[in-house]
Amino acid sequence: MKFFRSIKRYFRDAAKSVIRNFSLSLASISCITITLIVVAFSIVLSYNVEKMTEHVSSNISIVVFLDGESTEDDLKQIKASIERLDNVDSITFKSKQEYAEETKEMDERFSLIVDSWTEDTIPLLDSYEVKVKDIDLIGDTADKIKKMDKIFSVNYGEEYIESVITIFGVIEKVCIGGVIALVLVTAFLIANTIKLAIFSRKTEIEIMRLVGASNMSIKIPFIIEGSFIGFLGTIIPIIIMSYGYNSLYNYLGGQLFSSSLGRLVEPYPFILWSSLLLLLIGLLVGMFGSYRAVKKYLKI
Amino acid sequence: MDLIRITDVQKTYKTGTVALYDVDLTISKGEFVFIIGASGSGKSTLIKMLYREEKPDKGSIMIGGINVAKLKDRKVYILRRKLGVVFQDFKLLPRLTVYENVAFAMEVFGYDKKKIHKRVMEVLELVGLKGKVRQYPDQLSGGEQQRVVIARAIVNNPKLLICDEPTGNLDPDTSMGIMKVLDDINKMGTTIVMTTHNRDIVNTMKKRVVVLNEGKIVQDYERGKYYEVL
Repeated sequence: MKFFRSIKRYFRDAAKSVIRNFSLSLASISCITITLIVVAFSIVLSYNVEKMTEHVSSNISIVVFLDGESTEDDLKQIKASIERLDNVDSITFKSKQEYAEETKEMDERFSLIVDSWTEDTIPLLDSYEVKVKDIDLIGDTADKIKKMDKIFSVNYGEEYIESVITIFGVIEKVCIGGVIALVLVTAFLIANTIKLAIFSRKTEIEIMRLVGASNMSIKIPFIIEGSFIGFLGTIIPIIIMSYGYNSLYNYLGGQLFSSSLGRLVEPYPFILWSSLLLLLIGLLVGMFGSYRAVKKYLKI
Repeated sequence: MDLIRITDVQKTYKTGTVALYDVDLTISKGEFVFIIGASGSGKSTLIKMLYREEKPDKGSIMIGGINVAKLKDRKVYILRRKLGVVFQDFKLLPRLTVYENVAFAMEVFGYDKKKIHKRVMEVLELVGLKGKVRQYPDQLSGGEQQRVVIARAIVNNPKLLICDEPTGNLDPDTSMGIMKVLDDINKMGTTIVMTTHNRDIVNTMKKRVVVLNEGKIVQDYERGKYYEVL
């Protein structure tokens, strides 16, 4: 009973403190709000870039054109050697006839030419489409395949793909690094703001100690207060992110560029998870800030 | 029976100032003791040690079975719950009403509302402030603020009340009023240790007087008068 009474009192005291020290609470809340807006922006950016990279990566494959003179056995042998490579995820065969059909479908004018080809005169080559596990090592894998026998050419869009992958990789790393750095900076910034807020209540802590409050019972209301402040600080960023991203998604029709490469992440459930993440960051950062600040005044 | 037993206590500040030297003092339950001395004589240091705001470098301070000298920071609250402290500068929370300031000291113990209300009203009546429960500290006179502090200090029925120059900021009439309250509390059985500079108070009250000079106890009178040399 006494325990529940204390818990009730802790929450009541914390709520009262936020209101009684309104100007300083507002300073802390604003500080959390502003930084979390930037964090929200970084989360949206980095997650979208990550998804785009994943999308690009899953669509990239090495196309291995086989020598025109390869026999069935050669094909099997080549397939086996390619499959033995570490980085190879899957391998699919595509015959020259399939290519011919595809070409026909591209334009009616091509069908005349394609139709004139016979089994012997067909100027196309059989191929293997190789998907890799690690996109960063695609060049290496392509080189290994190139060195095999009975291979005509190996193609994976070399420089273009590599630069896209590199750029996306950099953006993603910068964003993730940015989010982590921002969260840390926010935590310290908020710790300092709350420290300032609590500094003005040094006497209060001193009196609490004097009347015999244990360190724990002094800390808990301040920590709850910190989490209140953290919670209040996350409201605006969550609204901005949810509303903003939804509007942006609808405005752009879910596409950043015309190609499938720039497909944006669906707002739901992405926004829900991101909002929860923001809420968690806000709460933790508020609690941590308060804890650090009050701990300082509990030493005599 | 002894409530406080100070044995061979010594305290030197980091600056090298020796605040207390070889202090031995015993105070029994129910006593009213004045600690007097010139500024810098060590009386503030001595009284701060009683509520463990300061720690001695050497010696032991036993208060109601607790060795204050060896008490860890996080255990200080155990001692503080057994005593009340009254300061010259009041230390009231400006944003809380008179009632809330006093109730605050009971809330940390987790008492229920009814019990808190009953006891707070009781002590506010004792200090003569029953009519001002809803006022804020800055709406009160200095004497009234000090009465609130006394009410807060005694609300948990402490065995020991420590007063650090409680009348230092008050005019003579108000001071005597405060002393009357303290005397009443003492008569109810609470031990009081009080530092003061006020000659009239010491002479009127005729209680035990301990005189400190340069960190040493130089006199200890049973029904003392203000030490004339000071």
